Amino acid sequence: MSELLAVRDLAVSYRKVPAVRGVDLTVESGRTLAVVGESGSGKSTTAHAVIGLLPRGGRIDRGSITFAGQELTALSARGWRAVRGREIALIPQDPAVSLDPVKRVGEQVAETLLIHGLESRRSAPAAAADLLRRAGIDDPARRARAYPHELSGGLRQRVLIAAALAGRPKLIIADEPTSALDVTVQRRILDHLGALAAEENLALLLITHDLGVAADRADEIAVMSDGKVVERGPSAGLLAAPGHAYTRQLLSAAPSLSAEPLRPRRETGEPLVSVSGLRKDFGPVRAVNDVSFELAKGQTLALVGESGSGKTTTARMVLRLETPTAGRVRFDGEDITNLRGERLRLLRRRMQLIYQNPYASLNPKLGIADIVTEPLRAFKAGSRKDAAALLDQVALPASMLKRKPAELSGGQRQRVAIARALALRPDLVVCDEPVSALDVSVQAQILELLVRLQEELGLAYLFISHDLAVVRQVADHVGVLRAGDLVEYGRADDVLHRPAHEYTKELLAAIPGHLENAA
Amino acid sequence: MTSYVLRRVAQALVVLWAAFTLSFVILYLLPGDAVLAKLGGGEASATVTPEQIAQARAEYGLNDPWPVQYGKRLLAALHGDFGRSIATGDTATHMVLSALPPTLAIAGLGLVLAIVFGGGAALAGTYTRAKWLANLLLSLPPLGISLPVFWVGLVLIQIFSFQLRVLPALGNQGPQSLILPAITLALPTGAVIGQVLAKSLRTQLAEPYIETVWAKGAGRGRVHFGHALRNAAIPVLTMIGVVAGQLLAGSVVTETVFSRDGVGRVTTAAVNGQDIPVVQAVIVLAAFFFVVINLAVDLVYPLLDPRVRQNPAARTRKELVHG
Amino acid sequence: MAEVLAPRAGFVLRRPGLALAALVLLLVLAWALVPDLFTHYDPLSGVPREKLHGPSAAHLFGTDETGRDVFARVVHGAALSLRAAVSAVLIALVAGSVLGLVAGARGGWLDAVLMRVMDVLLAVPPILLSLALVTGLGFGTTKVAIAVGVANVANFARLMRAEVLRVRAGVYVEAARAGGVRWFDVLTRHILPNAAGPVLVLGVLTFGTAVLEISALSFLGYGAAPPTPEWGSLVAGGRSYLASAWWMTTLPGLVIAAVVLSANRISRALEGERA
Repeated sequence: MSELLAVRDLAVSYRKVPAVRGVDLTVESGRTLAVVGESGSGKSTTAHAVIGLLPRGGRIDRGSITFAGQELTALSARGWRAVRGREIALIPQDPAVSLDPVKRVGEQVAETLLIHGLESRRSAPAAAADLLRRAGIDDPARRARAYPHELSGGLRQRVLIAAALAGRPKLIIADEPTSALDVTVQRRILDHLGALAAEENLALLLITHDLGVAADRADEIAVMSDGKVVERGPSAGLLAAPGHAYTRQLLSAAPSLSAEPLRPRRETGEPLVSVSGLRKDFGPVRAVNDVSFELAKGQTLALVGESGSGKTTTARMVLRLETPTAGRVRFDGEDITNLRGERLRLLRRRMQLIYQNPYASLNPKLGIADIVTEPLRAFKAGSRKDAAALLDQVALPASMLKRKPAELSGGQRQRVAIARALALRPDLVVCDEPVSALDVSVQAQILELLVRLQEELGLAYLFISHDLAVVRQVADHVGVLRAGDLVEYGRADDVLHRPAHEYTKELLAAIPGHLENAA
Repeated sequence: MTSYVLRRVAQALVVLWAAFTLSFVILYLLPGDAVLAKLGGGEASATVTPEQIAQARAEYGLNDPWPVQYGKRLLAALHGDFGRSIATGDTATHMVLSALPPTLAIAGLGLVLAIVFGGGAALAGTYTRAKWLANLLLSLPPLGISLPVFWVGLVLIQIFSFQLRVLPALGNQGPQSLILPAITLALPTGAVIGQVLAKSLRTQLAEPYIETVWAKGAGRGRVHFGHALRNAAIPVLTMIGVVAGQLLAGSVVTETVFSRDGVGRVTTAAVNGQDIPVVQAVIVLAAFFFVVINLAVDLVYPLLDPRVRQNPAARTRKELVHG
Repeated sequence: MAEVLAPRAGFVLRRPGLALAALVLLLVLAWALVPDLFTHYDPLSGVPREKLHGPSAAHLFGTDETGRDVFARVVHGAALSLRAAVSAVLIALVAGSVLGLVAGARGGWLDAVLMRVMDVLLAVPPILLSLALVTGLGFGTTKVAIAVGVANVANFARLMRAEVLRVRAGVYVEAARAGGVRWFDVLTRHILPNAAGPVLVLGVLTFGTAVLEISALSFLGYGAAPPTPEWGSLVAGGRSYLASAWWMTTLPGLVIAAVVLSANRISRALEGERA
């Protein structure tokens, strides 16, 4: 097998700030190399250097990139044009924004063919339709005439794959190609991409934050941290016997690869929240349809589903941030379905919410001390003096009190959000995807914190997640939602290990790292 | 599509009605007394008797309670009648419409110049790789917005009429007399177009879909003209709809500077004489132009943006302008 | 607000254009406050035998048809012109922000009605709207300032409403609501501070526009009555001497342009810093 791409001692900086510091990588033709790392590790910068598309301000300080014997770092703009699309292609990260919104997708696939003179203007549309078919799109001739906004995320990503295949490249760089998609879609697309690569003897450079995805898909894995490759080797060997401390840390933190719950699951208890026949219509769209469940005091119920499943809407109805179209919500014995005004506000004292994105959920203009004590102030239940104790509870130092959210890392911000939610000692905390915006090693810390606090304070969690691997670690009971219906609901071990519904099985099968575990 | 057009037309009519109402409120309900201004112009004021004033007020219908005045005037306006000019006795509609052709001539030429030069500066400024040229071209629109229009006109007259003696300074004679006023009028408009297009192009060029195009091996021309420009043109189209209506307003200053006849001169004369019917006719005319141009823009939109084609309600053009 | 406007020395010094713009505005402000510090000529009475002299060391901007020093008239005119522009901005900013805030925070039919009214104001070009108001109100610098202010209300109202809606949809606002914070506290602690930035930037930008619009209206003769010096009417006064005394129009015009350019530059810097 020949060496197709060789990166030697590559260093890249953005306006003098180093992002990649001396990276060595090789990709052999027809093989898949996964570059794994957390945000800021330099994995994406490395990938963009390989295709000569560093963002504005980025420059290569030293090192070489050779592709099929040709040195790429010395290429002229014209030289690059012959390489991009034809020799090396890119599948970008977010399909929602990576297609030109005003052009038909067929045209956008055909564009690669026209640029490189592979087809004539007359033959290109048919060739583009054929590429769409090979990327796994049904009825390609019709889809080719669609505009991007008319297609789902998964279909758009397939269009981008078709465009990448069009130039018959030898290497495809896939930069987090599916992290913006639902897990089941993610699995189907990665399967398809893998099959295509094998069929055409394509080399793949797969950039991912998910060690599970890398384990499933790559022949070789390179782990990056802080601009360097800390460890590199064949997938199986590297996962079985990680040599570097950072790899071991990633491996132990990756939820997809560890199936143990963080604490023993509990069976039943006195119900805190009980929901029956809950329904929500947004205009003609039914977002939630006849959902019933119970959550016991001090326990965790996880609602699982993909985007559009109605899980967040359900949680918002429990919190009464939305009013149900039909059905009842009872909280600690009281019917709160139609509570309004001041009585509803007083109820907020007992139920709080932690959001997915800690970058958006904290007011950027306020200091941390003001943020965590705001609920206390709203109920005249304390003052700024309590702020230090609240931060201490989530293991943040009091020195953070004077800072603004922008000065904190994502994990620190999420801790602040947790401290705020706990300020009033609520009985129920709704966690809406509390870790999915965070890096895996931070995810693990936050999950442990949530579990510890639950033990200490006797909290009940309604835990919303798309990620069954995370749910597996924290839930006592699990409900699986699909298109507004609660398709399965029961004890966590039953649902996760003995799923009854087809959809639950599909979700479980789609967890990255699953292939490896099964093998 | 038909319902989209019908809804736009209905909205346009509502705006026209509202513009009429607004101008009625401003002109007829604010305290200034047009009749006194007319009768009492200059030294003659001592000779005006209360009887004369009362007679004149009755003549112009100013003695009715205002809802009655409003009703009568709205009904008349629906027939294109805004009343008679207090100064000349001619109908306001006729005065404004007969002054329209010379104004349309400089406004039309001005719009063309504005699009060509404003758009050109933005396109060339973002396309060129020479940093100094980009800086120069992209600094032109902010400069153009900052210059007082009347002053630019006077400086142009000094240079081209008095120093170089190539173009006439004043008046309406011949096509040459169009050039300087049109340039003066085009400057702020072109500057706005240039600024919006440059900003919009920069935004689009930073979008992820542009990276997809580069990754296909496309050259600079294809990236800029094949993809970024069409997306960037969407907010610019909206902007053209807004500024084109303002060319008419710009004619007020421009025509005064160049002593040209036209709607602008009629307006200044009317404001000077507090000639309310004429001022109102001008305002409704301006709103009419605004409405017609925006209607045209609305109809071009779907051609440019397929997202609007399917769901006209999802159109975000106002947010684009103000965001 | 202090946070938005506080000039950071390093930030400004690395941008010479921005430093120059700040300097221009400070200088003009000083003219308005203490004009006698900058010129010893009388702005109202001239020396007839020195009429229509070109710019020289004695008369920086030359003299006009009655022998008055043009520079002195520009310096003394600053107070009136700036006061008018600032009043116009304040009228537009305060009225527009309140309307936008009410519309955005209250929503419903009130929002719909207010915004339709603003749409109509936007459909009439600002200068024509100002002219109509001047027709209704009468002439004079104050009335011109009011007219220009009112003509700009709609821009502020729209922006403030858009900002309130943007911030209001933000997760941290819902987080506060979900935390049981009262609506009024949400408005004052969360929505207003986060919505105010862009509106203040528009205020700075509008200062430049207001200087332009007010000088245009006073050029047309609706502002200060002669011989009171005011920037727009200074340019108008030089019109009759265009062929022989270029300085009478060109130099005061340049001052106006410099002020507007500076305001624009600063508003762009503020906008960029915010983003």
